[in-house]
Amino acid sequence: MKDAFGAPQSLLVLGGTSEIALATARRLIALRTRRVWLAGRPSPALEAAAVELRDRGADVRTVAFDALDSAAHEEVLGKVFAEGDIDVVLMAFGIAGDQARDEEEPAAAVRVAQTNYTGAVSAGLVCAGALQAQGHGSLVVLSSVAGERARRADFIYGSSKAGLDAFAQGLGDALQGTGVQVMVVRPGAVRTRGAAGQPEQPLTTTPEEVAGAIVTGLRRRSETVWVPGSLRVVMSALRHVPRPLYRRLPV
Amino acid sequence: MSVDTVSLTGWGRTAPTTAVRFRPRTYEEAAAVVRGRGPRGAIARGLGRAPGDAAQNAGGSVLDMTGLDRVRALDEGAGTVRCDAGVSLERLLRILLPRGWFLPVAPGTGRITVGGAIASDVHGRDHPGAGSLARHVDALELLTADGEVRTVTPGTALFDATTGGLGLTGVILAATLRLKRVATPLISVSTERATDLDDLLARFTAVGDRPGGPQSYASAWIDLLARGRATGRGVLTQGEHAPLSVLPAHARRTMRAPRTAEYGRRDPWPALPALPGGLLGRTSAALLNEIRYRGAPRSRTGELRTAAAFFHPLDALPDANRLHGRAGLVRYRFTVGYGQEEALHRVVRRISARRCPASGATLQRFGAPSPGWLSFPAPGWTLALDLPAALPGLARFLDGLDAEVAAAGGRVCLAQDSRTRPETAAAMYPRLGEFRELRAELDPTDAFRSDLARRLGL
Repeated sequence: MKDAFGAPQSLLVLGGTSEIALATARRLIALRTRRVWLAGRPSPALEAAAVELRDRGADVRTVAFDALDSAAHEEVLGKVFAEGDIDVVLMAFGIAGDQARDEEEPAAAVRVAQTNYTGAVSAGLVCAGALQAQGHGSLVVLSSVAGERARRADFIYGSSKAGLDAFAQGLGDALQGTGVQVMVVRPGAVRTRGAAGQPEQPLTTTPEEVAGAIVTGLRRRSETVWVPGSLRVVMSALRHVPRPLYRRLPV
Repeated sequence: MSVDTVSLTGWGRTAPTTAVRFRPRTYEEAAAVVRGRGPRGAIARGLGRAPGDAAQNAGGSVLDMTGLDRVRALDEGAGTVRCDAGVSLERLLRILLPRGWFLPVAPGTGRITVGGAIASDVHGRDHPGAGSLARHVDALELLTADGEVRTVTPGTALFDATTGGLGLTGVILAATLRLKRVATPLISVSTERATDLDDLLARFTAVGDRPGGPQSYASAWIDLLARGRATGRGVLTQGEHAPLSVLPAHARRTMRAPRTAEYGRRDPWPALPALPGGLLGRTSAALLNEIRYRGAPRSRTGELRTAAAFFHPLDALPDANRLHGRAGLVRYRFTVGYGQEEALHRVVRRISARRCPASGATLQRFGAPSPGWLSFPAPGWTLALDLPAALPGLARFLDGLDAEVAAAGGRVCLAQDSRTRPETAAAMYPRLGEFRELRAELDPTDAFRSDLARRLGL
């Protein structure tokens, strides 16, 4: 159960090697979390993440989960929920893709869309159903500021996140009054290991900052979280910039 | 019986969860709900005054007991009343006071049900003399997991597990309470101001040492925003049931007079009531506390108040819990034993140093513990305060206070908790093991479950 401050006792991470997810898990373990499920494709990185969280005193289990294999989601996640209540599900899987290559290879672009959008739709619906049955819980969906308005530089990734974002908002409205909270997290560019060496964009954030915002969002029972918070204002302005001008903006 | 699916929270409006709410109007309907419960169990709920998640059951069934609200019998010869669990204490008082009877224990609000009061084993301001409610229960009807109704009497293990048992042993359907005779419906109140915590504790002790002191209703409001030498200053209020001689001659023949003194018919507010400061932030809360402290008489005796104004002044505020903002409120209530005043000092200093806008903090004394296994009262001091849940860093701060309280051998109140750790609760309640064993035996399928029980692993 979550306590009065929204700190969960059990956490399910979909995409168990995500840096943002692990930073969040570390913070939640420091509060109340005792059981963590890391779902992801079996890999040494996933096991290493489990070991690291175990050292912090949590009971960590890993489970094989592939976002692309949506037929198996019901079974895989069903087993996790059968083991006990899950207070927070953190949907953190996703791939950024490589815009230039994806434009050349439609198959690679479809993979981005399938992982980020269809995989999340399937897993999100399965989790929402299970959370609704237990009458409480939060579904935290890692969207992206890239989904707010498509940019020339990453519109394949951005469009998949736009779909995910719209899905999560709709799901949140559908679950209103069921005791389940859906929280959409929209970070700006995140300084992760994978993004090292790339030119830094304005309003870049870190996994730690995103994790902090997620914990605060859980406490406040927020529906939308922007990281950094100033992005909310920036994006509401950018949303209204005329397209000929938006195309030329260096964002 | 009405059935609906609702999102429920405690009085603090934190951590909402959804459950199917049944509103039984007879014992048979209640038994049918318990027999037909789903896999996530059932829990009884009264008027929803527990600040935390004690009366919530996510994804399961919640029995709203307020439909079972008959007062079955008032035996004036024996001084007992038998009533259904859903009767509120306020209503009971309205019936009892004009007849010259009073509740054996009067907690801080009248808007709780008899069942809820027993399940959280409430205490009054006269705890050193009267003990908690469990000591005044002659018998109770308990609906257990098998759907049967058992009569439970004091001295049995089931009774001790049920009083203070947070509804986890079964659904209390009815109870017989032993009442207290009073001469008038009025309370004679004396008020004194204390300049700091030491002064306050000394005055408390002086009241307790007086003849009849343990039987009097003593509690103090503490200004937790006062700093420096004034840290822990407060106003001690002490009341006794007024003797007949204080009433005007024409009114002495009947308990009804004076008319304004009936329970629930309010006289003007007592001097500067507890204004909730949570919404107002620390500066205005500090200002209100200052006014309240300065406004209290330095020393006054013999002031007459109605029972409603003396015992339940906050019941006059509509939805006082909403004033703490959207995030709701967290109540922190703990007790530390006599001889552990230093721990109490440290906690008060920490709260005051942090400048939490704590409103309506009250300090009381406890006497002999109650036999209930999970009962809160233990000999010592108890402090309760409400804090807005939105305060940043409050979770860690309260964990720090928990550590302080646990180190002093104290405990936090489970019925009012919404945030403690399972390990902390287990350390504070040594008889939790027995409680779990009894539940495993009586209720092997875990039929009675609440969010509180899930969170703390009770």
